[in-house]
Amino acid sequence: MSDAIATAPVPSGAPPLLMVEHLTMRFGGLLAVDDLSFSAADAEITSIIGPNGAGKTTVFNCLTGFYKPTIGRLALTAPHGRFLLEQMEGFRIPQKARVARTFQNIRLFPAMSVLENLIVAQHNKLMRASAFTLAGLVGLPRYGRAERQAIELARYWLDKTELTVQADAPAGSLPYGSQRRLEIARAMCNEPVLLCLDEPAAGLNARESAELNALLLSIKREQQIAILLIEHDMGVVMGISDHIVVLDYGRKISDGTPEEIRSDPAVIKAYLGEEEEAELPPEVAQDLEVRT
Amino acid sequence: MEYFVQQLINGLTLGAIYGLIAIGYTMVYGIIGMINFAHGDIYMIGAFLSIICFLILGAIGVTFIPLALMIVLIISVVLTAAYGWTVERVAYRPLRGSFRLAPLISAIGMSIFLQNYVQLAQGARNKPLQPIISGGMTVMEGNGFAVYLSYLQIVIVIITIVLMAGFTLLITRTSLGRAQRACEQDQRMAALLGVNVDRTISLTFVAGAALAAVAGLMVTLYYGVVDFFIGFLAGIKAFTAAVLGGIGSLPGAMLGGVLIGLIEAFWSAYFSVEYKDLAAYAVLVLVLIFRPSGLLGRPEIEKV
Amino acid sequence: MVADAPVATKRFDLLPVFKEAVLAALLTLALTIGLIGFRTLDVGGSLSFTTRFGDVAMACAVVLLGRLGLALTRSGRPEPTLVGSLAAALGLAFLLLTADPESAAGGWLPFDSAIVNWILVFIALGLAVQAGLVLRSQQPAVLASRTQRDALMDRVGAQVQQVALWLGPALLLAAVAMPMMPFADRRLIDIGTLVLTYIMLGWGLNIVVGLAGLLDLGYVAFFAVGAYSYALLAQYYDASFWVCLPFAGLMAASFGLLLGFPVLRLRGDYLAIVTLGFGEIIRIVLLNWWWFTGGPNGIGSIPRPSFFGLPFERARSEADVTFHSVFGLDFSSGHRVMFLYYLILALALITNFFTLRIRKLPIGRAWEALREDETASRALGINPTNTKLTAFAIGAMFGGFGGSFFAARQGFVSPESFTFIESAVILAIVVLGGMGSQVGVVLAAVLLIGVPEFFRELEAFRMLAFGAGMVAIMIWRPRGLLAHREPTVRLHRRRGMWGPP
Repeated sequence: MSDAIATAPVPSGAPPLLMVEHLTMRFGGLLAVDDLSFSAADAEITSIIGPNGAGKTTVFNCLTGFYKPTIGRLALTAPHGRFLLEQMEGFRIPQKARVARTFQNIRLFPAMSVLENLIVAQHNKLMRASAFTLAGLVGLPRYGRAERQAIELARYWLDKTELTVQADAPAGSLPYGSQRRLEIARAMCNEPVLLCLDEPAAGLNARESAELNALLLSIKREQQIAILLIEHDMGVVMGISDHIVVLDYGRKISDGTPEEIRSDPAVIKAYLGEEEEAELPPEVAQDLEVRT
Repeated sequence: MEYFVQQLINGLTLGAIYGLIAIGYTMVYGIIGMINFAHGDIYMIGAFLSIICFLILGAIGVTFIPLALMIVLIISVVLTAAYGWTVERVAYRPLRGSFRLAPLISAIGMSIFLQNYVQLAQGARNKPLQPIISGGMTVMEGNGFAVYLSYLQIVIVIITIVLMAGFTLLITRTSLGRAQRACEQDQRMAALLGVNVDRTISLTFVAGAALAAVAGLMVTLYYGVVDFFIGFLAGIKAFTAAVLGGIGSLPGAMLGGVLIGLIEAFWSAYFSVEYKDLAAYAVLVLVLIFRPSGLLGRPEIEKV
Repeated sequence: MVADAPVATKRFDLLPVFKEAVLAALLTLALTIGLIGFRTLDVGGSLSFTTRFGDVAMACAVVLLGRLGLALTRSGRPEPTLVGSLAAALGLAFLLLTADPESAAGGWLPFDSAIVNWILVFIALGLAVQAGLVLRSQQPAVLASRTQRDALMDRVGAQVQQVALWLGPALLLAAVAMPMMPFADRRLIDIGTLVLTYIMLGWGLNIVVGLAGLLDLGYVAFFAVGAYSYALLAQYYDASFWVCLPFAGLMAASFGLLLGFPVLRLRGDYLAIVTLGFGEIIRIVLLNWWWFTGGPNGIGSIPRPSFFGLPFERARSEADVTFHSVFGLDFSSGHRVMFLYYLILALALITNFFTLRIRKLPIGRAWEALREDETASRALGINPTNTKLTAFAIGAMFGGFGGSFFAARQGFVSPESFTFIESAVILAIVVLGGMGSQVGVVLAAVLLIGVPEFFRELEAFRMLAFGAGMVAIMIWRPRGLLAHREPTVRLHRRRGMWGPP
């Protein structure tokens, strides 16, 4: 059914990869996201920032099908088709529209090995190759080939995230920073056109944070995919974003390049309160966010 | 009509018993989020203890029924509560923070253990008891059918109502109830605020076991026969009642108990006696599939 | 602080230790006085009772001493515990081995039941071992901490996995050779067949519980569907076992799909209860749909399986083509027994190979991923419902195969064979062996089914041990005794624990 959506031709004006229009999400009496519109382009890093409870993760959950938006259109226009994410079942969004995500509190498969985590991410491709298990059961060579290719892709991302050595260890046994990197590697093994990262720098130290910056920039450069980033760490956000969307109480209060955001009085007001006039230095913004 | 009223009476009596057991399920689920699969067997132990007490009292010559009833009630409640406490301490407390299904598997193990313990200690055969409270009255008559309300049924319903009222007070008015509700919301926070979480959970099990013991006593009196396997079916039915009412909700458990009792009574009366247990299972399956939050429960929101 | 530590003499208070022990003994009194202290007896329709206060007193004394010993060990004084429990264990074992329970010396034994006495011996030995370990390591309660214990058991588990590389083939060889051994009498082969049936069912359930992480409490329902499929087809259509076997598996798998579809989105514990409900519903229907299933009387005279068309019967004339006449053997009723044994062995092996193979395929990895984290799996594009359904249906299929074998072997099926207890037994085998561990299932089945079959006296205690074992495993090692997961695919060649250091 969702394939039918994909048949609409890509318009010639080349719209941005992701267009979010009038997204509204209501939980009972709580308006978590209120009439939010923004877009994210290919080969760009778009950050969504805002104080805690601003509705950032809710936006992600709508994009990746965990919530059905109350109102709004989430259109993804990629070379392989056009998808209306708000109408798709959760697991079909990564499968068909190729949107991958990570989670605020890391969600790996802890008992499975690092490599297996990356192979599971290539599930749908391998399922087809194994002819939905039948070819795999009888041991046809085409499945063996597909699995070797999957391992090669996994190895590529293991090398990129410096996890090759631990490839056969249970994912749950890795240190925190490595688990964060593994989650990104796993999302990349899903071969997405849009990568959604929910606070990838949370809990990382300064060095790990800098490494994360480099990793995200190289993903952007080499894979030419769109990255959507929720982050509190202003060092990461200001350093690598091409485009920033600022949310407060579920509404968009600003949208622009890092320079524009830095000097936007509405942002300063949201972060520092009414009376502050000064420009917001990144360290202050960082300190203001008390992480839980 | 008369037949209908009779089934209504029977169903209510049965429902009162199921409701009392269901409270144990619902409270434990509310506080630690586990299905205490062994609760039905705690109730079975309560029934066995009351039958043994009646025998002893009979042997030493206590014949004044209200006195005997009081003594049996107290002894079986206390001793069954000891089982409730021990089960929690041995099989569930070490599992806090273990993986999700561990407490359920442990509870199933406990249930098997208790059943076989009683079977080994008391033998596998049915234990019949002479009726203790007999007599009753005809409340309605017509079409050649007399609606009979036994004194025992009155006693069962009254005791249940009194216990329910007392219990509601306990939960809403006392510090134990407050601690319990706090633990339901957030155990770690409750602990930080000085609530003794272990003790609160233990007392929840003790209270649940005490009510199950009362239910066991009632069933002993009502059916006059007990065996080591009665806990399984009664447990399933009471759990169904708890889910139907909305697990975690005390009034829900009672409501669910009454509904299950009525469904069972009417089903056996109007459809078929053979399939009477099917009714409970069908309700269980249907409620869990279509409305897992039950009648009075709140739906859960998935957090990512 | 630092200065205090070395000189801190072990100040030691006996009072709390005693208090703890006395409280434990009092609790034991409360637990045993009713159900052990009085034994209800059914005499001529009315109930009377006898008393067993001696047993109650003995239980309280044992708990008092045991708790005392444990508390002493925990507070860093293992010496008295070591001496006391060792003496108790040895003394009791000596009495048990030498004394005839009927004779005067038997009067010294604490309980009437030899099994209970032996359990006591083992508990005392356990206490002694613990005390000994503490004494050797000079630190209180060496194995008390969970992480230490887990680390130890992980090493054991990993070693067993290593051993399993040759243990598996060795066990297989033993299983193949067993019926041909001179000591193999009919009883042994029968027990072997029974154990293998449970091993097969355990492996089948392991797909659902161990790999996919779905707690199925109604597994026996699929066993029943398989058994009745064969029984009914044989009764109504004279279909042979070999036709019915695949059909029974198919039937059970369809039931799995049918039941699984509405329930598989439920959370783990609710799913467990719903599957229990379904299992019981199927049993009640079998019990009451008497004109079709024979009700409580079941279905009898189910034809026995043939050797691919050759029946195991005595050839009455030259024209009769039976197993023994074709192979030029003398007729022996043992042939069929042996054949059934090899049949279930083959079925079990198919289940095992299937499981080992499918674990390495995308579907198997998806099962494990769903077990680990359903939300993350969904975010990677795995369809949770379909993936769980396949696990449920495949598990059910093997249950169905097992069921039709069961019907063929018994020649008779009735709803009585398919109670919840049966599901619990299979689950216990999976849980005790280690969810997901194939060798574990074998060991658990041999231990839980085979051993009690040999020692009939243990029979009564078997289910008691099942229950206690399930609780103990969950507390002690929830992933199962032999749970050690080997990755299904490796990047590096195996060296040491994982990868290069």
